[in-house]
Amino acid sequence: MKPITELVKDLADKHGRDRRNLLPILQGVVEQEKYLSEYSMFEIARELDLPVTEVYGTATFYSFLECKKMGKYIIRVCKTITCSMKGERQILLAIQDMLKIKIGETTQDGKFTLLETNCLGFCHKAPAMLINNEVYTELTPEKIREILSSYLHDKIIGGEHVS
Amino acid sequence: MSANDIVKRADFIFKNENDWEEVLTKNLARTPNELINELISSELKGRGGAGFPTGLKWKLTSELKSDEKYVICNADEGEPGTFKDREILSRVPFKVLTAIALCGYVIGAKQGFIYLRGEYFFLQQELKKAISEFEFFCKEIKFDFKINIFMGSGAYICGEETALFESMEGKRGEPRNKPPYPTAYGYLGQPTVINNVETLAHTFTIFKYGAKRFYDLGVQFSRGTKLFSISGDTPKPGIYELELGMSLSDFVDDFGDDDTKAVQVGGASGFLVPRKKFSATSIGFEGKLVGISLPTGGSMMLFNSSRSMFNVLDNYLNFFAEESCGQCTPCRVGCQQLLKGIKAVKRGEKPASYLDKLLGLAETMQYTAKCGLGQSVANSFTSIVENFREEMIY
Repeated sequence: MKPITELVKDLADKHGRDRRNLLPILQGVVEQEKYLSEYSMFEIARELDLPVTEVYGTATFYSFLECKKMGKYIIRVCKTITCSMKGERQILLAIQDMLKIKIGETTQDGKFTLLETNCLGFCHKAPAMLINNEVYTELTPEKIREILSSYLHDKIIGGEHVS
Repeated sequence: MSANDIVKRADFIFKNENDWEEVLTKNLARTPNELINELISSELKGRGGAGFPTGLKWKLTSELKSDEKYVICNADEGEPGTFKDREILSRVPFKVLTAIALCGYVIGAKQGFIYLRGEYFFLQQELKKAISEFEFFCKEIKFDFKINIFMGSGAYICGEETALFESMEGKRGEPRNKPPYPTAYGYLGQPTVINNVETLAHTFTIFKYGAKRFYDLGVQFSRGTKLFSISGDTPKPGIYELELGMSLSDFVDDFGDDDTKAVQVGGASGFLVPRKKFSATSIGFEGKLVGISLPTGGSMMLFNSSRSMFNVLDNYLNFFAEESCGQCTPCRVGCQQLLKGIKAVKRGEKPASYLDKLLGLAETMQYTAKCGLGQSVANSFTSIVENFREEMIY
């Protein structure tokens, strides 16, 4: 992992230092750090010569740009209508039961954060969830155990890429 | 087509066609005006849901003089119940890329963007590969055009075109006042054509087979086919290409589970149609002479009699309250008050007549909210509360 200052500089070199390059830079920091700390927002503001409030304002608008510390694997369970009809609750219970965390919490070891999210666009294969950028669909409590175990051992089972 | 298909299937979008190079070269040899006229005579309307005539959009942008113009493919597919755009981009990316480039040629843009929602991050790699192959070919035929992917970060509102520009400019995704429209003042203030993924894929069909082939399908004012994302209580959820203009009762006979109580047409921002209105409703853009025509970005969610319409509305309102950008008061406060209001009625803290006040609030939002999000909350709210009033109270 690169130190933040270096990461921000590299991202700015890659994408550019205009205002319109702000989002890709924020995304780049989140990709490595999983969230945007106050410090990284200051660094981005400095690098792009923007008021730090502007960086903060943009960052806090987007639900995938987290601004508090997250686990290594961010689980986002879809809660929109079809997933909610097709058993989102059981999925959440299975995850909570296995990881011993509630929605919004991170495990003690910093490995998992559990969140809910809005429509992931897999309504025909509900219920669905994301773990970082990987999509998992047609979930059942059994499947949850299998998927999470794979993450626990860092031997990740791939999600579904094309429906 | 299997024997129990009631609604006729079509197969243009996903048809495997490996001749995009030829389609691109042939159409680059035609004049921009010819291409615009082809689109106008096909009567293709925007497939994102709003239904603006595509040919006219291209024409308006092409007529403006500017050094910089842009083509943007809107792949911020966020409407609950919609999942077709991802499928198009993963199965037939070259059709979309060809269409973006042809649009660039028509309006005089050198650069195109695909705004891809953050949830579809996993598509990025394949898509980048397709783009570099595509750009390589463009270079070979000496057609100067670049396509970039811009990733979103989980904001439904960024599917609204002006919010999408703001987002691409590195700002909060807050919609702008319209006018000026994107055709004149879009990304970075330059004339911009922004089209839905599916709209662009249809233009490929039209440029390849001619406008007539497309125009001959569908009904008056709603020409051509459309991809439908079908989910909910159905034995066959998935993506289907169907002709516009079908009646909702045929649709339910085909895709329902014999116990369909209501269908949500057009996602959370669309309308809920109860069983008794199925036969009087058709799927297409406004202007058909008989019955009610409902437009849709393709989201069709079926609910059977085991579903509580209160829960459905509660879920939608939670969605809107979270996804409202918070910029204008009617939407920011309205969504939350509607949500609080139906809960209070359900718990008996407010009388049933309070629902009428909430309907009034929804109507106010329809007139005063700044963008389509706030304005369309009334669609699902009113259609659910009016048709299932007793479920809201008891």
